[in-house]
Amino acid sequence: MKRRKILGLVMAATLSLGLISGCGSSTTSSSTTSDSSSSSSSESSASSTTIKATTLSGTVSTNGSTSMEKVIGALSEQFMNDNSDVTVTYDPTGSGTGIQAVTDGTCDIGLSSRALKDDETASGLVATTIALDGIAIIVNTDSGVTNLTMAQLSKIFTGEITNWSEVGGTDGTIVCIGREAGSGTRDGFESITDTKDKCVLSQELTSTGAVIQAVAGNPTAIGYASLAAVDSTVKVLSIDGVTPTEETVKDGTYTVQRPFNVVTKEGTELSEAAQAFFDYVTSSDANDLISAAGAVPVN
Amino acid sequence: MKHKNLALFEQVMHGIFFFCGFVTIAFVCFISVYLIISGLPAIREIGIIDFLFGTTWASTASEPKFGILPFILTSIYGTAGAIVIGVPIGFMTAVFLSKVAPKRLAGIIRSAVDLLAGIPSVVYGLVGMIVLVPFIRVFFHLPDGATMLAAIFVLSIMILPSIISVSETALNAVPKEYEEASLALGATEIETYFRVSIPAAKSGIAAAIVLGIGRAIGEAMAIIMVAGNVANMPSLFSSVRFLTTAIASEMSYSSGLQRQALFSIALVLFLFIMLINVLLNLLLKKKTK
Repeated sequence: MKRRKILGLVMAATLSLGLISGCGSSTTSSSTTSDSSSSSSSESSASSTTIKATTLSGTVSTNGSTSMEKVIGALSEQFMNDNSDVTVTYDPTGSGTGIQAVTDGTCDIGLSSRALKDDETASGLVATTIALDGIAIIVNTDSGVTNLTMAQLSKIFTGEITNWSEVGGTDGTIVCIGREAGSGTRDGFESITDTKDKCVLSQELTSTGAVIQAVAGNPTAIGYASLAAVDSTVKVLSIDGVTPTEETVKDGTYTVQRPFNVVTKEGTELSEAAQAFFDYVTSSDANDLISAAGAVPVN
Repeated sequence: MKHKNLALFEQVMHGIFFFCGFVTIAFVCFISVYLIISGLPAIREIGIIDFLFGTTWASTASEPKFGILPFILTSIYGTAGAIVIGVPIGFMTAVFLSKVAPKRLAGIIRSAVDLLAGIPSVVYGLVGMIVLVPFIRVFFHLPDGATMLAAIFVLSIMILPSIISVSETALNAVPKEYEEASLALGATEIETYFRVSIPAAKSGIAAAIVLGIGRAIGEAMAIIMVAGNVANMPSLFSSVRFLTTAIASEMSYSSGLQRQALFSIALVLFLFIMLINVLLNLLLKKKTK
């Protein structure tokens, strides 16, 4: 009898615990999401809600560059917070597919992390740059090298230059550290340095942090990482004599960078919701979120 | 009245037990079916020969290649390396714990082994990345320490706890009379352990080894941090990618055929682990006979 009572008590306790933890987790998760989205730009969100008093509704579909995931993710989350009836979808298919989708009219806004080609602009597409992404070339703090030319950089990553002494450093085999296939940073780096599918790497790591850690731990390593993520544990190289900073990325003198574009088609009118989203991401309201997502805002 | 209640209680508990057992089976079935369904299309598209025996993996190249032979061989070599280092150490520790060590010392070692088993794999990876990788780089005069060797070291430490505890249990289960008879015939203690106790416990020890293999081949987190993850054909001092790390490293950004191919890798890995489990079951069955 007594034992069953205890059993009953234990069961009741576990049930109520489950209830409590269930509620607890749901409240904390909802509060954290709202925190993360609004903390960086609470002022801008407040202002945008007051401006857009008319309620928008519908779906805005975006399609394209995988490297713009963080930026677009942050912006669309904020936009959906301000306009609760609008759903912004994002299809990470790659810049080429995104541009094609705008041409075909299968999405509202295309996302491209490269400039449009001539035949693409000829067919009536318009790219509006919302941000720039600087890719820092990093080496160990013990490295004697401070500057590389673009040609040297390409040759290092394709395995033509294998020793630091060939580029003015102390003798030592160069260890190239890159990102995994499919990474936006890798895609950006390889297209800018013209090393696509030709890189000879000794490590392929899955995050910016891991690349920085690996470069910091090996005196002969070189790697690349998003400029915003680089810290003092590694040394940032200047390329063709230009040190990457927010300013040199913005004025274009630092060349290891790429634009984050939103692509629309001339003559095709956007839906009210899509136009509002377009206006939002190209306005200065979006700057804080873009910076927080690791890119350099341009508007 | 009371009797009736008790019977009802029994029934309810039986129901609960049945349900729990059923949930486990349902999950196993669900995962197996899901893996097969999502893993087969890419294999069909790539071709099973090109997939299993292709030596180049370039999933995002303009002409993508999906050959996973480097991953399969790396997983096999890496696991074999871990067994070569881990089994002798683990096995000797088990003999020491079961037969030689004084009770107090055995207790301390046993809790250390338990602690080792409880360390999350990401911690092994982190320590490996910060301590072991630079050490290998300096010690072997390599340009980079993130190599298969680093992965093997990490794996061999990670499989120690299962090898030690399973072989110790097997050794403890050897009847005292065997050893006493051997000692009475004039054999020394060491002779007795190696000629009598260990042969008597051999199927249990084999099970320990297979368990270690299973643990090593399925590990991803720790080795993704130390192995370098480049899809090279395996060699001791080069950066390599295992079956597990191939899936983990590309999953987040993959799309289309690349993603499907990752599921196919998972299917191959799953078959490997099934094979190991079947082997383990056979060994354990033999033991109970």
